[in-house]
Amino acid sequence: MSEYRIQGMTGEWEVVIGLEVHAQVTSNAKLFSGASAAYGGEPNSHVSLVDAAMPGMLPVPNRECIRQAVRTGMAINAQINKWSRFDRKNYFYADLPQGYQISQLYHPIVGEGEIEVILDEKDANSPRKTIGIERIHVEQDAGKLMHDQHPTMSYVDLNRSGVALMEIVSRPDMRSPAEAGAYVKKLRSILRYVGSCDGNMEEGSLRADVNVSVRKPGEEFGTRTETKNVNSIRFVMQAIEVEARRQVDLIEDGGTVVQETRLFDPNKLETRSMRSKEDAHDYRYFPDPDLLPLELDDAFLEDCRASLPELPDAKRARYENELGLTAYNAAVLTAEAETAFWFEDLLSHGVDAKQGSNWLMSELFGALNKLGKSLDESPVSPAQAAELLKLVADGTISGSIAKQVFEIMLETGQGAAAIVEEKGLKQTSDTGAIEAVIAEILAANPGQLEQYRAGKEQLFGFFVGQTMKAMQGKANPGVVNELLKKALAD
Amino acid sequence: MTDLTKLGVAAIRSGVANGEFTAVEVAEAFNANVAAAKVLNAFIVETPEKAIEAAKAVDADRAAGKPLGKMAGVPIGMKDLFATEGVQTTAASHILEGFVPTYESTVSANLWKAGAGMLGKLNLDQFAMGSSNETSYFGNVINPWRRNDGGNAALAPGGSSGGSSAAIAARLCPAATGTDTGGSIRQPAAFVGISGIKPTYGRCSRWGIVAFASSLDQAGPMARDVRDCAIMLEAMAGFDPKDATSLELPVPEWEAGLSGDLRGKKVGIPKEYRLDGIDEDIAKMWDNGIAWLKDAGAEIVEISLPHTKYALPAYYIIAPAEASSNLARYDGVRYGLRDLPDGAGLQDMYAATRAAGFGAEVRRRIMIGTYVLSAGFYDAYYTQAQKVRALIARDFDNAWKQCDLILAPTAPSAAFGLGEKTSDPLSMYLNDVFAVPASLAGLPAMSVPGGIDKEGLPLGLQIVGKALDEQGVLNAGLAIEERAGFTAEAEKWW
Repeated sequence: MSEYRIQGMTGEWEVVIGLEVHAQVTSNAKLFSGASAAYGGEPNSHVSLVDAAMPGMLPVPNRECIRQAVRTGMAINAQINKWSRFDRKNYFYADLPQGYQISQLYHPIVGEGEIEVILDEKDANSPRKTIGIERIHVEQDAGKLMHDQHPTMSYVDLNRSGVALMEIVSRPDMRSPAEAGAYVKKLRSILRYVGSCDGNMEEGSLRADVNVSVRKPGEEFGTRTETKNVNSIRFVMQAIEVEARRQVDLIEDGGTVVQETRLFDPNKLETRSMRSKEDAHDYRYFPDPDLLPLELDDAFLEDCRASLPELPDAKRARYENELGLTAYNAAVLTAEAETAFWFEDLLSHGVDAKQGSNWLMSELFGALNKLGKSLDESPVSPAQAAELLKLVADGTISGSIAKQVFEIMLETGQGAAAIVEEKGLKQTSDTGAIEAVIAEILAANPGQLEQYRAGKEQLFGFFVGQTMKAMQGKANPGVVNELLKKALAD
Repeated sequence: MTDLTKLGVAAIRSGVANGEFTAVEVAEAFNANVAAAKVLNAFIVETPEKAIEAAKAVDADRAAGKPLGKMAGVPIGMKDLFATEGVQTTAASHILEGFVPTYESTVSANLWKAGAGMLGKLNLDQFAMGSSNETSYFGNVINPWRRNDGGNAALAPGGSSGGSSAAIAARLCPAATGTDTGGSIRQPAAFVGISGIKPTYGRCSRWGIVAFASSLDQAGPMARDVRDCAIMLEAMAGFDPKDATSLELPVPEWEAGLSGDLRGKKVGIPKEYRLDGIDEDIAKMWDNGIAWLKDAGAEIVEISLPHTKYALPAYYIIAPAEASSNLARYDGVRYGLRDLPDGAGLQDMYAATRAAGFGAEVRRRIMIGTYVLSAGFYDAYYTQAQKVRALIARDFDNAWKQCDLILAPTAPSAAFGLGEKTSDPLSMYLNDVFAVPASLAGLPAMSVPGGIDKEGLPLGLQIVGKALDEQGVLNAGLAIEERAGFTAEAEKWW
């Protein structure tokens, strides 16, 4: 892909990046309890006895969370482990009621997989790169500490405690901030297609631990640092940039990079040491004796596979090859599940693919952009849009009239046909009427007519424009062209 | 009128059902015994009102002609490891002192549903860690039995279910719940001359039982005889979707299936259990047991369980490892004791709370468990111990090719004196040497009275069965019971 290099005093440096993405599993209930996994809510309102680790309480795996992890694994062509196991990761903290997090260290549910990323989706020739995924495992989220509620004490909110997360661990296959950004974007896109994570980084449904090291190109991997809990794609890219720069400067100043956990400060654009390897916890992982190994049968796996939607890569290829869309349009329309689903809804109402894709990407995106709304919030539904586009396709209105109609639809919510009817915007192919207007235009512009006839053929467009304007855009452009040519030739 | 406290579960149940006496009369009689036996320290909390309330409900049901449950009218003691809604649940620890659950353990709830009533919460070794009941924060329990040497030395009731064993032996309750992690039902039963069964791992739900070592913990009944154990186990057991290790199987009708006829059964005698220097009385009792089972029609075969000697070391790695993690939740943050020294931070609070809240034995096991799970030692200890555990399970699998049941002593000695072993944890741990293998393999195992030693103290015989064959174990226990003629009782001095 790109040759991203950091210029140091001693020459060029290459950055090596691996990401551990924590994705909150979309499910109604938590991983091991029946409490709600919904975002928000009053502090400690989504807490069961299990989540609060009351004496004698036991975890029971939530089948839906397991299913979502398996479906995600299938979507990245990963090996699904029919036998996996939960381990306890032991450490003390006030947001961790059990004193351990139930995770999967030794036998994760999903093994090796991969995803393909395109650095620049607008460029049909942009190189593609395959990023390896080492594993996906399922684990519990922790609660939240609130330090601003009391002068000397911290409060604990356990609403998040026990919510299911997937930890998606990449290989150290990325070599630039842009590649890392493209990877997170693609991963998020896949998760949303699959429906296993809403990918909402603002609410913390998706966050990344960023492993960064630097080396002279071709040399062995350097010592890496791990920057924790980075919660936007932009921050991931910035954190890599500043952390790689810091490491290069450090090494060139004669220092050595220490393996440690760091925090990214997006305001100061720097990373700061959180704890070094020496104070790292000894997590004393061991198999959770409250839980039996997780064994998946073929019927369950088949059900997971059958429930997968068409994924972005396959969809993009189909849009290009079967629908005949441009590479760029296909890439944009498939990047997010909601766009692709909206587009396909539109096509299901009989709209032509090219017409529909062009309209969606220029007219609808433009309008939503102005309104500051997402596609989900579009005031015009796919069915309503289809009604409009079919009026253009069958010649009832012209493209320019369609723009006016669309504006009215956005404002009033009225249907396209009703607007055209009410405002009398139907296109005319009445040759008599058009000929009369053409005659007037030619008579009114003798100079241009003379120039045209003298060979300045570019003026044809001028006559078309004048005619259309005189007819308030309602003339059928094909008929106008034909009649004008005839009149000008006379 | 008969002394109702002389009756067991079956007799109380039929007496109540037949109208010979009321459930309230039974509850009152036991409440009185409990109140008069404080010197034994068997109960941490007494709940006479709960016993009466449950008894009234049973009497009302009977009067209304409603069907009565398996334990209708039977007041019982509840080991204080079971969470009981609205009643303090401590695991005999300071760290949970004053903790009142808002929930009821599955096993205790099953018992109340079956018509049992609660006399109180029974003392135990702290977090069920101990073999003498001396690690309880609320003081040791005293065994009602005394040696016949006239010395009146206070003896240990066994552990960890020492409150349960002492209370039954002293007729403070006809039956009680126990839990068994490495012998905690069987050894105390043996020490006081009663019966107790640890069912197959997964028969009884662990939900609501304060966890010690999750892969080993199993609840079971302790009672005066085998039939009473069968009745109570039926009431306690059953699949529980809230426990992922619970067995999804129907509960057999063990009481109806009881039979002391062992014709066609083969009973294995493990040669590795004949330890050098085995107590003479224990050896004699074991021989008697063999003779009784033979008399009941069983064929006796010698078997080998070659990895027996590794069972105890493996157990004392696995159980503390799990405990060190299970007990991490007692941190002073959400419930129980909180020790927050002036100016203390979170880590200081943890350290102070746990230092003050856990007794010496619990701290010892947390430290052992933390050590064996730590980086660099995990493979040498925990992984090795798990391998040993698998080998021990395989020993039993191989044995079942030759026999249906195994007969062995329950413990290597009779009840010992309080304080005799407290300074030497290893000799204390050795008490579990015969009990631990069945725990590691998750098999059903029972202790029944086997005789009296020369000091006048009861001894227990242990029967181990195949997974899910509680019936076979109970039947062999019944065959012994029918022949042992064990009628001795602790002479009342309290």
